[in-house]
Amino acid sequence: MSGILTYALHYQGAFNKNSLGAVSEGARLAQQLGVESAAVVVGGDDVTEEMCASLGQYGAQKVFRANAPEGLGAPVVDVMATLIQERGYRYALFGGGLLGFEIGAGLTARLRAGVTMEVTRVKVQDGKLVAERPILQDSAIVDSGYVNEPGIIIGRLNAFEISPAADGASAEVETLDVQLSEWSTKARMVQRGEQRGEQVNIEDADVLVAGGRGLGKAEGFEMAEELAEALGGAVAATRAVVDAGWYSYSAQIGQTGKTVAPKLYLAAGISGAIQHKVGMQASENIVAINKDPNAPIFEFSDLGVVGDLNKILPKLTAAVKAAKGG
Amino acid sequence: MKICVLVKEVPDAAVEKRMDPNTKRIDRSGEKNLNPFDTHAIEAAMQVKEGGIVDVDEVVAVTMGPETAVRALHKAVSLGADRSVHLTDPSLAGSDCCATGYALARVLEQEAPDLVLLGQQSDDGECYTMGAIIADHLRMPSLTQVIKMDVQEGSLRCERQAEYGYDTVEIDLPAVISVGDAINEPRYPSLKAIMGAKKKPLESKSTADAAIETDRVGEPGSQTAVLAINPPPAKQAGEIIEDEDTDETIQKIMSWMDERKLLA
Ligand SMILES: Cc1cc2nc3c(=O)[nH]c(=O)nc-3n(C[C@H](O)[C@H](O)[C@H](O)COP(=O)(O)OP(=O)(O)OC[C@H]3O[C@@H](n4cnc5c(N)ncnc54)[C@H](O)[C@@H]3O)c2cc1C
Ligand SMILES: Nc1ncnc2c1ncn2[C@@H]1O[C@H](COP(=O)(O)O)[C@@H](O)[C@H]1O
Repeated sequence: MSGILTYALHYQGAFNKNSLGAVSEGARLAQQLGVESAAVVVGGDDVTEEMCASLGQYGAQKVFRANAPEGLGAPVVDVMATLIQERGYRYALFGGGLLGFEIGAGLTARLRAGVTMEVTRVKVQDGKLVAERPILQDSAIVDSGYVNEPGIIIGRLNAFEISPAADGASAEVETLDVQLSEWSTKARMVQRGEQRGEQVNIEDADVLVAGGRGLGKAEGFEMAEELAEALGGAVAATRAVVDAGWYSYSAQIGQTGKTVAPKLYLAAGISGAIQHKVGMQASENIVAINKDPNAPIFEFSDLGVVGDLNKILPKLTAAVKAAKGG
Repeated sequence: MKICVLVKEVPDAAVEKRMDPNTKRIDRSGEKNLNPFDTHAIEAAMQVKEGGIVDVDEVVAVTMGPETAVRALHKAVSLGADRSVHLTDPSLAGSDCCATGYALARVLEQEAPDLVLLGQQSDDGECYTMGAIIADHLRMPSLTQVIKMDVQEGSLRCERQAEYGYDTVEIDLPAVISVGDAINEPRYPSLKAIMGAKKKPLESKSTADAAIETDRVGEPGSQTAVLAINPPPAKQAGEIIEDEDTDETIQKIMSWMDERKLLA
């Protein structure tokens, strides 16, 4: 019996970590429901049979390989909608990320299917899936059930754990020919994955000083850099300041950036949006400096400092230098 | 060229948002405002109109919501929209994303725009999905989180950040684009525009006017159901320092870090 169909995003020959988490989650849920766990991989010649079969290691029993452009939502909607309609999959599952939202949304419209997004946990109740979704800045968690099937579940970044099912296990691969809808060929990728700004490594640092829009301007990052240097760490950033061109994309934490878990994460002028939080909430010690006492970041920081970073950062840098005998 | 901008009325950012435990919907009783993310969509429309590369005949603001939502439309018009359409009907209350997207798509079909613009997210629902849902109903290409949009005759060149860096995508018109908040700095409405907003044409439509099948909308037509609302797992509250005397604040931060051996 058809069961759960998971989308596996890949880039430059490697599967996305969140997709692997989703494949693992799909396998876990399929087992509980007693149904098949399948995955779908979309792309051109870069998608090899071996690559698809390797998803068996994360519990996929069946993998569909579809020849269609990867990186945009609509072609994948065509592929997954066809599979769900023809083979009766009961749920479509996505890991955290931008494309998962777009594809899941397209499927919602195409199949008139219920959708739940930002899902942090999925459970089985009476032979059906129920998705847990935190809402209103994570102040409440809604149990979202599906009135009909298929149901669409879009996970939150890092919500689903990668669990290798069996070393060397291999999924059955089926190659598909799917007719793309006329409108999905009307968006064309011109350039994908452009890196803006210099390459920096934030994933290995024990200490991260992260800067947001509150730094005021690109030059504001100098204050963050000085503090990071004094603490022996690196500088990270929010999407807001990366989009604004103030800092490098490679230093961005969050849903469309890096996931980090340093010993110390110090946020300067960051509001603490969910898409940022998902990339750093596993940090051991979270310190936040923000002038707005109602900033969401204070809800998940261990030490919150309500004040103006322009006054605090330079003095903090000097104090750290002095303490370290500099 | 005709542009439709989707706007939504949401609880004001300063209002504490909560769920109504009885209706299992977001409590929308407090102060309300135009969804701040939608002001970027209106601004993007105005920049296309004023940019001189294509001729824009009109910018139409469209919303679905209760009677009070006309205020969001007035605000949209004060920011530059030429007229507005208000889809309002008691049968729409309690619509989920699937139902809302369907209903808005029906209204947009009647308007037949060349470009539909949306905000990146609604401040209350935060579904991030409305653009792609509507695009599929309208059979149009779409892109979300767009932070740069260049218009050419018949197409758009867009940039956005996705999971592996920045993507550049070319899209044929008609299209549906949700814009990220980094795309522009929205203008403030002039006093004159605020005063004149109520005089611009505003059309109110019922579900019947928009040829919406009522069994596909509202709570009965929704495909998801809120089964329960639970509090998040309890978390120990962090320490808070109010910065009054900065030297003292620094000392407190330093000893806090020292206790946790973060200064080694
Ligand atoms: C699909 C999607 C993906 C996204 N991906 C990411 C991602 O990967 N990473 C990410 O970070 N975001 C991401 N975002 C964006 C995210 O929602 C927020 O918009 C962003 O994180 C906000 O950045 P910020 O905190 O720098 O800016 P803001 O939210 O504007 O916050 C600035 C803060 O600075 C404070 N401040 C201002 N001046 C001072 C001062 N002088 N002293 C002290 N404090 C001050 C303000 O009180 C405010 O709280 C994504 C959004 C979407 C929709
Ligand atoms: N009821 C509504 N009426 C009009 N536009 C809406 C409505 N709900 C959402 N939108 C639009 O869709 C965008 C994304 O919303 P959401 O998908 O709910 O996060 C918003 O910024 C609005 O532009």
